[in-house]
Amino acid sequence: MNSAANAVTLAKEHASKRLAEARADFPILAERVHGRKLIYLDSAASAQKPRAVIAAMVETMEKQYANVHRGLHWMSERATDAYETARAAVARLLNAREPEEIVFVRNSTEGINLVAHSYGRGVLKAGQAVLISEMEHHSNIVPWQMLHDAHGIALRVAPVTDSGELDMQAYARLLEDGRVGLVAITHMSNVLGTVTPAERIIRMAHDAGAKALLDGSQAIVHRPVDVQALDADFYVFTGHKLYGPTGIGVLWARRELLERMPPFLGGGEMISEVTFERSRWASLPHKFEAGTPAIVEAVGLGAAIRYVEEIGYPAITAHEAELTEHALARLAGVPALAVLGQAQDRGGVVSFTLDGVHAHDVATLLDRSGIAVRAGHHCAEPLMRRFGLASTARASFALYTTREEIDALVDALGKVQEFFA
Amino acid sequence: MFDDLDELYQEVIIEHSRRPRHGRRLECFDASAKGDNPMCGDRLELFVRHGPDGQIEDVGFEARGCAISVASADLMAEVLRGRSDEEVLQLAERFRELARTGRSSVPADEALETLQPLGGVHNYPSRVKCATLAWHALIAALQGRKEASSE
Repeated sequence: MNSAANAVTLAKEHASKRLAEARADFPILAERVHGRKLIYLDSAASAQKPRAVIAAMVETMEKQYANVHRGLHWMSERATDAYETARAAVARLLNAREPEEIVFVRNSTEGINLVAHSYGRGVLKAGQAVLISEMEHHSNIVPWQMLHDAHGIALRVAPVTDSGELDMQAYARLLEDGRVGLVAITHMSNVLGTVTPAERIIRMAHDAGAKALLDGSQAIVHRPVDVQALDADFYVFTGHKLYGPTGIGVLWARRELLERMPPFLGGGEMISEVTFERSRWASLPHKFEAGTPAIVEAVGLGAAIRYVEEIGYPAITAHEAELTEHALARLAGVPALAVLGQAQDRGGVVSFTLDGVHAHDVATLLDRSGIAVRAGHHCAEPLMRRFGLASTARASFALYTTREEIDALVDALGKVQEFFA
Repeated sequence: MFDDLDELYQEVIIEHSRRPRHGRRLECFDASAKGDNPMCGDRLELFVRHGPDGQIEDVGFEARGCAISVASADLMAEVLRGRSDEEVLQLAERFRELARTGRSSVPADEALETLQPLGGVHNYPSRVKCATLAWHALIAALQGRKEASSE
């Protein structure tokens, strides 16, 4: 074995060892629920937080907290540094050209609303269209409906195939007339687990003269994202699904787009000069960050990113792929259980229905076994309607999920069936 | 494994959810409303027919929902017949109390005895609205509204 290959092997061993020990980094995983060990299979709704994130936030508040960007004193300079270091971490995570392309928002929903409001009203013209898909979360549907109602910008919807993948032929047809100004599609479905062919989606959008926004809320948790390699125009994700705190999310956009876009919210922080006649906007990214931002939360997100980088995407992706394969194989053996979505390329989210047992009843019974799953329409009602369902139960996996937890889910599902038989 | 769930999923609830006796659209009705639980996507349509004396003569429903919501609609339909709107609205109030607290402050009568198995839901805060969905629809129907929400 040559030394380079040896180094790779060592790095892999280190990565998997680090991952195997990761459970201990999440204090909440030691909690008990209804007297049983917590089995948390609802990470796609919100992930648990490692000690590194909690500690970084506590330390900020205990040792270096003040308002940011008004730094005429030491504490404010420290806080500004910490806040901007978090922005740099996000830029590194996404491989953005520069940290100024990173806008901190509350969550993905706010990021999409910012684009719908600012790019939608400020740049798109009536008569143009926004193209989304049938598998979008409500957060990537409703802002565009609001834009349509206010500004006459049409909303087009690319259908999903029976296997739960984006219908690329229909997508191409919807782009054909050149009226689509913006494509806004999920990078990974929160219901089906489908990972969409982002590069192809973006290339086709560009060929048709449209910009492309990807909703990376789920995807970024499971895979590395390189906005330059993807050639994306906008990318949004939320901190709390990436092991960070709530209240902090990210909008990345190309500098030239952010410069063309009018501000979303007006107020402090986002101006360079204010008179009662008019105001001039601050430089990027501050133009889009009106008011005191979520300083502590941004620091928490920065810590979460460092945590993910330390474990490493190769190890995370491999671990979750193995868990998903194991889950699909085990669930296939549960009688009368149907998994929704059979995409070729998928992440660690599995939705299913159990014949004759409503998803809520499934979730309540699983909860009594200490197993947390989500049940309902997962904020994707149009997708559920597409498959003729009102609700499904959903198990979702994270870097701390184990095979044994999936086995426990499968065993409990067998007992759920017995209970209702 | 689920011993402690017996309080929520009592035999009578499982039975009514599996084979609801009133789970049908009435051919002839004079009041109806849809009930909607937006958080979970459960839906129910309720049909009520009054007799010449103004008392409820028949109740039917079509539902897409969990065991609790279907059983609750079925048990509700069972206790409504032969009652006036006024009585029914009072009963709805007492049922809501039952679902939230497991108890009803007013002395039990026959109707509340029938509904009692649903009292177990009070230990499951996220499921209370499953139990009350049909009653929300009932109130809407009797008040001439077309839709109700359990939110």
